[in-house]
Amino acid sequence: MEDTAAVPADSSRQPNDSRIRQIDSVVIRFAGDSGDGMQLTGDRFTAETASMGNDLATLPNFPAEIRAPQGTLPGVSSFQLHFADHDVLTPGDAPDVLVAMNPAALKANLGDLPRGKTIIVNTDEFTKRNLAKVGYSASPVEDGALESWQVHPVPLTSLTVEALKEFGLSRKDSERSKNMFALGLLCWLYNRPTEGTERFLNTKFGRRPEILAANLAAFKAGWAFGETTEGFAVSYEIAPAPAPSGTYRNITGNTALAYGLVAAGHRSGLPIVLGSYPITPASDILHALSGMKKFGVTTIQAEDEISAIGAALGASYGGAIGVTTTSGPGLALKSETIGLAVSLELPLVIVDVQRGGPSTGLPTKTEQSDLLQAMYGRNGESPVPVIAPRSPADCFDAAIEAVRVATKYRTPVLLLSDGYLANGSEPWRLPAVADLPDLHVEFAQKQDEAFRPYDRDPQTLARPWAPPGVQGLEHRIGGIEKADGTGEISYDPDNHDKMVRLRQAKVDGVDVPPLEVDDPTGDAEVLVIGWGSTFGPIAAGARVARRNGIRVATAHLRHLNPFPANTGDVLRRYQRVLIPEMNLGQLALLLRAKYLVDARGYNQVRGLPFSSAEIATAITSLATEGGLELSSLEETH
Amino acid sequence: MTTELGMPTVLSGLAGVPHLGPDDAKQTRKDFTAGAEVRWCPGCGDYAILAAVQGFMPELGIKRENVVCVSGIGCSSRFPYYLDTYGLHSIHGRAPAIATGLVTARPDLNVWVVTGDGDALSIGGNHLIHALRRNVNLTILLFNNRIYGLTKGQYSPTSEPGKITKSTPVGSVDTPFNPISLALGAEATFVARTLDSDRKHLTSVLRQAVEHRGSALVEIYQNCPIFNDGAFDVLKDRDEAQARLIRLEHGEPIRFGVDGARGVVRAADGTLQVVDVASVSEEALLVHDAQNPNPATQFALSRLDEETLSHVPLGVFRKVSRPTYDDLVRAQVSGAQEANNGPATDDDLAALLAGRDTWTVAD
Repeated sequence: MEDTAAVPADSSRQPNDSRIRQIDSVVIRFAGDSGDGMQLTGDRFTAETASMGNDLATLPNFPAEIRAPQGTLPGVSSFQLHFADHDVLTPGDAPDVLVAMNPAALKANLGDLPRGKTIIVNTDEFTKRNLAKVGYSASPVEDGALESWQVHPVPLTSLTVEALKEFGLSRKDSERSKNMFALGLLCWLYNRPTEGTERFLNTKFGRRPEILAANLAAFKAGWAFGETTEGFAVSYEIAPAPAPSGTYRNITGNTALAYGLVAAGHRSGLPIVLGSYPITPASDILHALSGMKKFGVTTIQAEDEISAIGAALGASYGGAIGVTTTSGPGLALKSETIGLAVSLELPLVIVDVQRGGPSTGLPTKTEQSDLLQAMYGRNGESPVPVIAPRSPADCFDAAIEAVRVATKYRTPVLLLSDGYLANGSEPWRLPAVADLPDLHVEFAQKQDEAFRPYDRDPQTLARPWAPPGVQGLEHRIGGIEKADGTGEISYDPDNHDKMVRLRQAKVDGVDVPPLEVDDPTGDAEVLVIGWGSTFGPIAAGARVARRNGIRVATAHLRHLNPFPANTGDVLRRYQRVLIPEMNLGQLALLLRAKYLVDARGYNQVRGLPFSSAEIATAITSLATEGGLELSSLEETH
Repeated sequence: MTTELGMPTVLSGLAGVPHLGPDDAKQTRKDFTAGAEVRWCPGCGDYAILAAVQGFMPELGIKRENVVCVSGIGCSSRFPYYLDTYGLHSIHGRAPAIATGLVTARPDLNVWVVTGDGDALSIGGNHLIHALRRNVNLTILLFNNRIYGLTKGQYSPTSEPGKITKSTPVGSVDTPFNPISLALGAEATFVARTLDSDRKHLTSVLRQAVEHRGSALVEIYQNCPIFNDGAFDVLKDRDEAQARLIRLEHGEPIRFGVDGARGVVRAADGTLQVVDVASVSEEALLVHDAQNPNPATQFALSRLDEETLSHVPLGVFRKVSRPTYDDLVRAQVSGAQEANNGPATDDDLAALLAGRDTWTVAD
């Protein structure tokens, strides 16, 4: 083993170094056992990459089990990172490099790796026993099964143990640092700086000096291994991506969403009260907000999903901004209380971080299949505005928009994130706090005449928000139908008809910006329209299709209820409309029903985002041939 | 093991609620009477409870606009419409959950939950026990008529075994809940029982409940004249009641019956037994301790109750002091703001958004 101190303090090398090759983008997938620290390794590599100014997108993919049996296929955890010298729209279709920490990781991921790409395997874990666990009779590293790929067999575990022998750790403890060795190697290979990770390790293990020293040594040893081993003759450099000037950070969707709620509370001057019950993949929002007390954020971890939204609604009744966070199964349980909030006409934000369904489904995988539940999953005519962020960083703005609509129109608002946005990350240009929307709210004021809690603002149709504590505004309201104006119980047929229509008109009238179309040539015949996290894959897929000469326009719906006023005009402008969704055609159903257009769905429910290649193929089929090939897609309706 | 949470331990349930000043007009029963026509059936026990509440609310001296009554679904849950305060008639079983959010957000409110045996113990059972264990500063009135009234007469979770109802034509096979036992099992800090027809006792118990800081559960035996009429008649007949009602007084030996001839003692096996006082020494009588933090004996008292109502302890079973959930939650928020030298500023928010790792792209 070489001297581990060989890492220069400044790890960037000279650009004219012939051992460095310039490339414009790369996709790396780290894969290993759940206990191998792949998410941490991926996070650190991402942080170093972000600090280089590359644009990037990430896709963590992990099992629902905390620790599935070691070395088995169900226990494989992976983290994919796409970074480039240009704007990155997706975490990458297929990896260029697969780091496989054991046979299970290789087997589970090899199918995604195009031939000719690079595999780094930890040969130490390719033991007879581990191979047998996943059904390999011989090591694929040795029997020629990987001939079509560039394979770098590296005894990662034993190199790590060797590098750490002076620390007097047990073998088991030494082995645990092998993810840092792998990280060091990849940092060398892609010219990532090392200072950030060193700083990170210092903070994380500052109080346990022996662990800190071991991790640092493993990280440096991995770096030095790349530098000095002939197997890795060339390393790669990816230039920074051009980006608008400003200060940037990397951020995941769940963190951005939590920060958006904090910012909305700050800009409204009202306390945020979160009622939540732990559920994957939404729990990180609860975790983040529970640490925001100095921002006046109160978090209530309730006894169940129903209580969680109940507490949020109670807080809204009291004049706070009530928020509840959940995923699909939890949204189902909250339905009745959302209906009450529709009837009470109080502000409330319901965040659904969608995951694979039905039932428990795929808790850690992404899906967009709660759109119809969000739209219609309640008894009675119970309209609520629905908003969906399009990327991890956009979760910040979407959360602020949800609070704006909820408080302005006194209505529950559904914010539909998903598992991919929640855990994925991307660079985010920090907004100036003073530039964030002013969300100031007016409560009902003391008055002399009898208070009428259901009188409406003629513009917004919103009723007064009258929290308790104001003399003269004492009033009683509930889930029973209320008389227009007075809010008293009313069973009058005409009044009910009127109130149902008023509530609908209020939501239909929410101010929503017009739908924008991206049509670079201006003569596209095909429109691809999507919502939520398919934004990146659709944009990337359209880019590929255009490169192949297809004239295609794209549009993205951020507001699902109400739709932008020009949605019908946009849809009718194109001969063919394609709607890719990670469900069996829920937006397609809504658009076809509302606008009577022959929009086609392109649907997958594999728990994974679309690849740009899949979208490009679907676009090309529809554009060039007009439907025959797409008939197979249509069948998924 | 206890943690010193820095909270004052004995505070009124009304601490923080604005009281009337010397210049404010004196409140009367009329101030708490809403205009809505009361629509309970003639003879319903709810009328007596409403009258008692309207009657004693003015005595509390708090501002009417700071009183909120939250209810679920059922006959009892119409209560808020008849009280001229703020009122929220919510959905079935969820009033304790909604009230928890309201109380946590608003320390200046006096919040009541009005519920029934179906609402609180069946569909809302989970919320009730969790509100009680958290000790949210709420006064919970549980109207127990042992029947579903608003849905027209099905058996409830407090109906006696064998009960014939529309949904149990050959008799209920369910074992009922004893609401007092349930509340004590959840370690509620205030647990009491009273009777709709005993205005004086009802008022006295409610007053103690509202002044208690924390979750106060008051079970009120309440007659449904339509679907379960006479369920508590034996407790309302003068002679019968004397033989059955055990009026609990903190610090007093537990005696009841004609001339206090009956009493409660602890048997050798640790259970409680009803005996003739003459057969034991007076010193052997159990002295009621509502303030014992260990609810075991209070629970044993609640088990004297039987479906036949042969012995019915009435009064305050338990009244102990424990920091409330909402006070503790607010203390954490205000503590964080104090540590920050005040509520977060724009700069604090900017620092949060930036995090620790940023990079700059120049023009």
